Formats: sequence, structure tokens, C-alpha cells
Amino acid sequence: MENSRPKRVDIIFLMEGIDPIKVVETTIKKSPDDIILEMIDSGLKGRGGAGFPTGLKWKFTRNEESYDKYVICNADEGEPGTFKDREILDRVPEKVFAGIAICGYTIGAREGLIYLRGEYNFLLPTLNEKLILFNEGLKKIGLDFSIQMRSGSGAYICGEESALFESMEGKRGEPRNKPPFPTVAGYLGKPTVINNVETLVYAFMIARIGSEKFKEMGTKDSRGSKVFSISGDTPKAGISELELGMTVQQFVDEFGDGDTKAVQVGGASGGCVPRKMFQETIIGYEGIPTGGSMMLFNSSRSMYNVLHDYLEFFTEESCGQCTPCRVGCQQLLKGIEAIKRGDKSPGYLEDLKKLAKTMKVAAKCGLGQSVANPFVSIVSNFKEEIIY
Amino acid sequence: MADVQQIINDVTKVYGKERKALMPILQAVVKIKNYLDDQDLISISKALDLSAAEVFGTASFYTFLDIVPRGKNVIRVCKTISCHMAGKDEIIHAIENTLNVKTGETSVDKKFTLLSTNCLGWCHKGPVMLINDKVFPELTAAKAIEILQNYQEEE
Repeated sequence: MENSRPKRVDIIFLMEGIDPIKVVETTIKKSPDDIILEMIDSGLKGRGGAGFPTGLKWKFTRNEESYDKYVICNADEGEPGTFKDREILDRVPEKVFAGIAICGYTIGAREGLIYLRGEYNFLLPTLNEKLILFNEGLKKIGLDFSIQMRSGSGAYICGEESALFESMEGKRGEPRNKPPFPTVAGYLGKPTVINNVETLVYAFMIARIGSEKFKEMGTKDSRGSKVFSISGDTPKAGISELELGMTVQQFVDEFGDGDTKAVQVGGASGGCVPRKMFQETIIGYEGIPTGGSMMLFNSSRSMYNVLHDYLEFFTEESCGQCTPCRVGCQQLLKGIEAIKRGDKSPGYLEDLKKLAKTMKVAAKCGLGQSVANPFVSIVSNFKEEIIY
Repeated sequence: MADVQQIINDVTKVYGKERKALMPILQAVVKIKNYLDDQDLISISKALDLSAAEVFGTASFYTFLDIVPRGKNVIRVCKTISCHMAGKDEIIHAIENTLNVKTGETSVDKKFTLLSTNCLGWCHKGPVMLINDKVFPELTAAKAIEILQNYQEEE
């Protein structure tokens, strides 16, 4: 697909001819093992950013012996530049609910919970109303499963799965050590599947259309399609569902404003791709993975300001539990400010890069570990903008 | 003034008296009172049989669970990159001038508190602000002032 246009797909938001409860009813006639095989065969990977194979997650949780198990839908969408989950929950909530119910049946859970970020509280009244109807629908088809809403309160870190459990348990949102992984000990210490909103809708659609159709799209490592949140310097800001496997160049040709100098793929915790690497970089697990956030910057933007914004963000959102992240974020921020002022020599940037790389191996969770992604990619490719 | 004990009773009826009810209780109190004072935290700790320090620890972790007095309407302007590029500074200045407050402060009549916050998830429609739970995307300075005036005239 050299330089062809990104292919638009309509799976997530498609509602025509779909009755979510009916799909659940048909699906639960199959055995849990068959559903798991279908998910594994589809190649679906988590759409929140980390990309763990969904079918395996379900399988591990099913294999655990426990009376109580949980399905949690992670709707704590806080990554800067991402807004797809809000759009999905707003437009097709029943498909999300049905994905949760299918997962619940598959792993043997009786309770599902949706953890919605506090910033999206305005969606709560509608979602609660729709859930009452949906839960009744599940009862009618004889599935012993119900779903409830939970809210966050403005903490980015609670999108990290174990911090999310802590929050739901009434504690500070501080990530746990892993292992044990959620499939073994998640919410309330019980086996838990935690999936992103978009992942659950794809799982629902795979249950409906079969894994073959899903697999036809995308590449070997990145099957299917993905919902992208597009913002920044673009005339086409908003949501687009696209087939995976395109290069950043193809993406920019479609969504850029003709003057794109860099694309931040995967939000503040993702990597920055400069113009000279557009052609060679594939958006997906073989290149640069993304939870869907695509921010475009044109030549009028200062990459110093962009990096400064990201570092301020991480400094504020670090939970403060582990030293590499708590102190590291602050020092990176202070460091680039000192270089800009001239209090430190440009050579100090190399020390800061080493600090970022240390955080990558020493920080406890994904937040601290991923600060190196934007830092190293922006500093390496836009050194002169950071220094002068 | 809302009776905090009543809120606690209502929420524990739904969520039980275990610790997992803590976030829903804290959220319900903030929704009605706009912030949690020391006495509220103590009442909640008693109801759930937790130490007051544990309850304070949880409450103080979350940006939206305010533990200092806030105005009737809490304004949170998104300051993250996309909104920054779309002109959030102009919005913040306009609000500061209209309410005669600086970011972080509460107006003299206690009607508004102005805060800046991290990404609100409206990057394609920035600048954006929340007033309590309500979202106002695609702001201009004039639009922001008009919205505030509507809130001023309420009640």
C-alpha cells in the first residue's frame, strides 16, 4: 500500500442492523473456550496502548479458579490527545456493555464495572439509564451478569490498571508491583480482566462477524483497524477509524496541513516522529505503537514548548510513589529550563537523556517508564530548538 | 448546608460500608458541597471504620476531590498541549479579568473558583473548560465571558 491513502473502516461506530443483546445471546451459546480461540485467532491486541493480546488475557483469567471474578472496562482515558473512548461511550455505549458481558460470560464473572474518568462525568446520567435497560436485557436472556459505573476523580495515573484497582478500592491511585498480574489478582485481589473501551467493542464485533473478517485487515503484527484521535495542526481534527499498517507519511498526507514537521504518536507518553522519518515509520506494533493519539505539529510550533508541556504534565501526574519518576520528571523539566536560560551548557542534554533512560528501567509503572519516549525522541530530533 | 451524614447514609446504602465505598462517598460530598473539610473526612472515616489519615490520604490524592474551600462553580481550563496551541492562555486571561481572580483563586462572592487542569479529552475542540461537570469546548475569549455571565445571573 505504498503511498496509498489510509483506508477508512466502519466497525466501531456501526450500529445499523446490530442488536447488542441479541449478539450476546447468540455468542453465549458457544463455549467459553471457543470464544477465547476466536479472540486469539483474530490477533486483537489491547487498544489502550500497551497492546497485550486480548484473547490471552481472557484465557488466563478464565483459567484461574475463583468464585469472584471481575471484568473492568478502563474508561479512564487521560492520555493527552486521546478522546476516542469518550466518543465511543457517547455514540455506541451498548456495544461496550455487550463486549463486557461477553467477556464476563467467557471468564466466568458475574460483575462488570466501567471506570469512567471524572472529566467525563457528564456522560454518567445517560450511561446509568442505558445500563439499567441493558442489565434487564441480560437477565431476560438468562445471563447472570450485571454492569455498574464507577468514577475517577482527575488522576491520569488511574488509567494504569493496578492504580485503577486501588482507586476503586478507595485508596490512593498508586500502581502496584507486578506480578501478580490482574488476571491472577486484580480488583479486590480477585482474577480480573481489564480492557480498554475500544478493545471491548472490537471483541464484541469479532464475536459478531468472526475473526476471519477482522484478520483480513492490518498487518501480521497489527491486525484489524483502530480508532485514531487526531488533533493539533490539522484541518481534519477529530476521530477516524483506519486500517492498521499505514506509514506516518500516508497518515500525514491525509491529515496534515501541508506543513507538518512532526507527529507525536501515542500521546505525551508516546514518541515523536520527525518529518525525515515519516516514510519509514509504520503506525503499529512493528513501528510506533499508539493508543490512538495523533498530534500533528507544523513548522510554526516550538518543540521546546511541546516537550515542556509534556514534562509539566508528567511532573504533576506522577503519583510520587517511586523516586525515579517523582524526582526524574522534575529534574528533566528543570534541566531543559536551565539549558534554555543558559544556566547549563548544551552538553547537559546528554546527561538528561541518560536520566530519562534510567527512568525507563527503574520506574515502577508505565508512567515513569514512558517519559523517556517523548523526551529522547524530541531532544534527539529537535536539539537546536531545545537549546536555542 | 448539605448534611454530610445524610450523604454518607445514602451512598453506603448503595455501595455498602466497605472501603470500596470511599470514592463514591467522597465524590458525592464534593458534588454537593464542592469541597471536603476536616470534619467531613472524620465523619466519613467513622462511617467506614477507617482511620482519618487513610481517608485524608485518599482524598488528597485526587485533583477533583478538593480539600480546600472552593466556590459554588469550579472552572477548570485545560492547559495541555492541544489546548495550549489553540489559545488557552487567552481564555484564562479573559476569565481572570472578568472574575478579578488569578488562577487558583476563588472570587470574593464565592461563586467561582478558577483552576487550570490537565487534558480534558477534547483535543480536537480546544480550548475547552469544565464548569463543575459541564463541558464547554471550542472557546473564544468572548464565548467564555458570556458563559460566565450566564452563571452569574443564575439563582
